[in-house]
Amino acid sequence: MTHENWKGFNGGEWQDTVNVRDFIQKNYREYKGDDSFLSGASKRTKELMSRINSLFELERQYGGVLDIDTETVSSLTSYAPGYIDKDKELIVGMQTNRPLKRGVNPFGGIRMARQACEAYGYKLSDKIESEFKYRTTHNDGVFRAYTDEMRLARHCHIITGLPDAYGRGRIIGDYRRVALYGIDRLVEEKKKDKAALSQQNFLYEQIRLDEELYQQIAFLGYMKEMAAMYGYDISGPAANAREAIQWTYFAYLAAIKEQNGAAMSLGRVSTFFDIYIERDLKDGTLTEAAAQELIDDFVMKLRIARHLRTPDYNELFGGDPMWITESVGGMGADGRTLVTKSSYRILNTLYTLGSSPEPNLTILWSKQLPESFKRYCAKVSKDTDSIQYENDDLMRPIYGDDYAIACCVSAMKIGKQMQFFGARCNLAKLLLLALNGGIDNTSGLHIGPQMPVIEGDTLDYGAVKERLDKYMEWLARLYVNTMNVIHYMHDRYAYEKSQMALHDTDVHRFMAFGVAGLSVIADSLSAIKYAKVHPIKDENGVIVDFKTEGEFPKFGNDDDRVDLIAKELTHRMITELRKTPAYRNAEHTLSVLTITSNVMYGKHTGATPDGRKAGEPFAPGANPMHNREENGALASLNSVAKLSYDDCRDGISNTFSITPDTLGRTNEERVGNLVAVLDGYFAKMAHHINVNVLNRETLIEAYKDPSAYPNLTIRVSGYAVNFHKLSREQQREVISRTFHEAM
Amino acid sequence: MDGAIKGRISSFQTLGTLDGPGVRFVVFMQGCPLRCACCHNPETWDLSGGKEYTAAEVAAKAERYREYFGKDGGITLSGGEPLMQPEFAAEVFWLCKEKGIGTCLDTSGCFLDEKTKRLLEYTDYCMLDIKYSTDEKYRKYAGCSISQPLGFLDYLNANGIPTRIRQVIISGLNDGDDNLKSLAEIIKAHPCIERTELLAFRKLCASKYQKLGIAFPLADVDETKQKTVSELQEKLEKIT
Repeated sequence: MTHENWKGFNGGEWQDTVNVRDFIQKNYREYKGDDSFLSGASKRTKELMSRINSLFELERQYGGVLDIDTETVSSLTSYAPGYIDKDKELIVGMQTNRPLKRGVNPFGGIRMARQACEAYGYKLSDKIESEFKYRTTHNDGVFRAYTDEMRLARHCHIITGLPDAYGRGRIIGDYRRVALYGIDRLVEEKKKDKAALSQQNFLYEQIRLDEELYQQIAFLGYMKEMAAMYGYDISGPAANAREAIQWTYFAYLAAIKEQNGAAMSLGRVSTFFDIYIERDLKDGTLTEAAAQELIDDFVMKLRIARHLRTPDYNELFGGDPMWITESVGGMGADGRTLVTKSSYRILNTLYTLGSSPEPNLTILWSKQLPESFKRYCAKVSKDTDSIQYENDDLMRPIYGDDYAIACCVSAMKIGKQMQFFGARCNLAKLLLLALNGGIDNTSGLHIGPQMPVIEGDTLDYGAVKERLDKYMEWLARLYVNTMNVIHYMHDRYAYEKSQMALHDTDVHRFMAFGVAGLSVIADSLSAIKYAKVHPIKDENGVIVDFKTEGEFPKFGNDDDRVDLIAKELTHRMITELRKTPAYRNAEHTLSVLTITSNVMYGKHTGATPDGRKAGEPFAPGANPMHNREENGALASLNSVAKLSYDDCRDGISNTFSITPDTLGRTNEERVGNLVAVLDGYFAKMAHHINVNVLNRETLIEAYKDPSAYPNLTIRVSGYAVNFHKLSREQQREVISRTFHEAM
Repeated sequence: MDGAIKGRISSFQTLGTLDGPGVRFVVFMQGCPLRCACCHNPETWDLSGGKEYTAAEVAAKAERYREYFGKDGGITLSGGEPLMQPEFAAEVFWLCKEKGIGTCLDTSGCFLDEKTKRLLEYTDYCMLDIKYSTDEKYRKYAGCSISQPLGFLDYLNANGIPTRIRQVIISGLNDGDDNLKSLAEIIKAHPCIERTELLAFRKLCASKYQKLGIAFPLADVDETKQKTVSELQEKLEKIT
């Protein structure tokens, strides 16, 4: 098959089957040079961006939400076209009819839509209320099927943050397909799949898939209609760089109009775009400055993407994130780097448009990346605190060379794999529950296996471990079954039609579980093992606090005695989870990631044997507890690197803050040293790191006077935020984190 | 050498970037014969303080960070004064070099004897303090004669060990042009010096003195402004 818009491209398998990876491999040009070719922001870009910045300022003044359309249910074609400044925009398309105006998406749950409107002083219209009166939402479905125990587990915060009241997200459509093939070809392929399905016996699986294909095809059609509203015909392949970016953006836009999933990640588009840009540069129809403008304009659109959230949600995922994660760099299976000039161009937007949490730029780091690219990334980190790094050498052997990160740390092959997101369970609380024989000491509720409170004046490590194992077994089964309910209902009432239309029909599914409080439970077990921990009971005989005597090794000091406890806990957890089958034969995975929920989890967890007081925040993700690292940054990194990616295939998040002075005396040294740290950390087979190069004092000033730091961006846990968008509580927790500092 | 020799160590810093080239695993050793007025680590003065480790244990610790060292980094022995435990230090360096880890010695250059010379055989890089440019100030504010570090520097030069000179600029003591000139003369006479770093005098360590119940000799001297130091650094580069 061929098409006139493919002129100049090397042919291959990609022409006959939907195979974007093959197209990239046959056509991209690796770039090993430095950043000197880059252009700055054009006058047009500056004007448009300053417009957006004033909208951001207004949004801030309005308490975080500028406007809500309470009359319209968000969908691909439900709003009139919107613009920032129509004549100036190179890439068009908006979620609603005006920038930063949020749409309402009640498919996840009408109650949440209502609450979200009310939280910002709006009222959901009667029109929408009545439309959804006789309609089952995802949230309705879940709560019809939840067992009493599931409700209880949710209520006492042992399993929380579950996507039962918001869109699950974490699905990456292969948005590039629309640019490469056009909608019509994609419809044709889906129709073929539907026809092939009709040859099988029609049982539950087949009937569900058949209906899903119907929906996918319908939504591909709506994508075309949506583009037509903006004056574009996307039925065929994109003809040039601008169209390739526009088509891809339309596909992404369709996804975020349809779904309000927690993480709506982008995939891996920059090297794909580069092929079109190179072709246009060669034809003389594009200049470097114009190429940067296209990327800038695209990124501006991503920066104004918004979803309407409830206050509860913001507690879990602070800072109004979208997780428009774009994976940049990495290596190809053939040994060539996937770094192109457009990898630089997309990072350059942090200079042309200023630093920003979105899109969530994620560097796929390999020892083999070109040295100049490594240095450029380190420079960007140092200057903007806006990017994160994940280990391509660890993931590439598993996912190939066309995978991307969803949300923070979840890898998947683009268009071939998806995941059922499952938030996390609270391991620190699980330990307390085990010690108390099934009484939750914060809520007083009885949950899990019931037995007497553990005996003895000093906790015995062996006895505690034995109990913990029993409770972990119980929790794992409950957790998987709860997730099965959620995702069954999500598929049924809020299926991701646009995004799944941009996946292969035969898709591999992961079910992504998670743990919170890993360093708390590891240090607590270490205290029980190496020091003397005396439980303190209340008048009812329930353990409510601990007195710990003596020294014990703490996670974050490269001490195997405790680090291996943490490693073993994750191994144990995933092993237990695998024992209960997951919905749609999904593959069980585990993450050590908390987003900002480490604050909320801590709030609902009693005092722990490691010395953490009741209600105190946990460390985020896989981080050691704040300020317990005594041997400096690398010891801390080594501890986290010991957690096994084989056990935690959904990612191990580490957030690392270091003061500029600690990284070296000159900029040149700081860049070189950061590269060395990243190379070393990933050579240790670590998975992920957020890098912040800043002084605590800056955050304290921003805490005191948020308006003076409107653009202060900081990596928190797998994503970045505008510091001012965090709650006061979350801000305090970020300030209290370890800042690696040498005196 | 079997690595069994024991040494006393104050603490470890696994990410050092200011104590030698590249990323360094820094060992702060216990014991120092000098009493520099601007000392940042008074807790390391006492040779009987800290904790005991064998040379093999220290080298094994350093090895855990090998992946981070890149082509420039490695281990740095600092202190305290590593020359107070020269046999231990030599053995740590020897073991590290066996493992392919670069070695850097951060010293005041207060001794130069046979044991020190053996340590320097295994030293890839040296960070040497030239604290003042007159013998009088050296004796008063450091506690040794200037001839000791200068002799040490001559030895480094003769043996071709790349060296970085450091000087903490203290208002009224060594922030004048005459000091700068003398320093420049020293630099010109020693081609082994590949870089000279002037550092601002800071008082971050005052709390350590308080904790140890020791009077901080420069408590009344103002911290040096980074701008002053940058200007001096620029001047120095012009005249060297």
